[in-house]
Amino acid sequence: MEVQYEIQGGDFSTAGQASSEIKKLLKQFNIDPQIVRRIAIALFEAEVNVVAHAYKGIMKADIEPESIRVIVEDEGPGIEDIEKAMEEGFSTASEAVRQMGFGAGMGLPNIKKNVDEMILTSVPGRGTCLKMKVLF
Amino acid sequence: MTLQQLSNIVKGNILHDPVKSVDYRYAFASDLMSDVLRFHMDDAVLITGLSTIQTVRTAEMSNLPCIVVARGKQISNEMIALASENHIALVSSPLTVFEISGKLYMNGIKPVY
Repeated sequence: MEVQYEIQGGDFSTAGQASSEIKKLLKQFNIDPQIVRRIAIALFEAEVNVVAHAYKGIMKADIEPESIRVIVEDEGPGIEDIEKAMEEGFSTASEAVRQMGFGAGMGLPNIKKNVDEMILTSVPGRGTCLKMKVLF
Repeated sequence: MTLQQLSNIVKGNILHDPVKSVDYRYAFASDLMSDVLRFHMDDAVLITGLSTIQTVRTAEMSNLPCIVVARGKQISNEMIALASENHIALVSSPLTVFEISGKLYMNGIKPVY
């Protein structure tokens, strides 16, 4: 089963809607609630990253009987140094993002903690692509 | 403790009661949603001074059943609607995060972390 949602950069009022839709979808299946929680948190962190840093993005989820694969792809400034971005506490978030309770440099490490596979690629000046997989 | 007991302790006003029976035993106080998302929050109460739609979204993602917003901060209709949609109890308290935490701790609520 495949679903796809658009994410609008800079719009914190709708940030989380795509993750929420996917979480609601997963709750309909017989999946361990703790796994659903891990997926929801990883998706939400990824969605907030797009809203905080990019112009726009998409979240594509492919739900299979034993796993979920998600691609979050955005058009934006990209990430100059991925290794650095993965460090806890490193952030380039704006003051506005921090006022929303995010931008503490914990999103990407938290995504890694909650998923079984994570591949992050980026082209500075063009955008970022995050691929995640969680086994049920 | 029940939602009503919790609300009484923090001199709160219940803005949304999902009418599901939760025995509240744990709480976490933070204005940093990134921190909330890092820990297991199931069945815990979030005490926060951050009153935005993202506070409720964070609770939704973390399976948090209750938010107590401190210092009588304004809570928008959008926040109440999203809390209602996700069966999350929403309480407004005139007390500070420090006072709410202290009162709940004295009444047996334990820290999450």
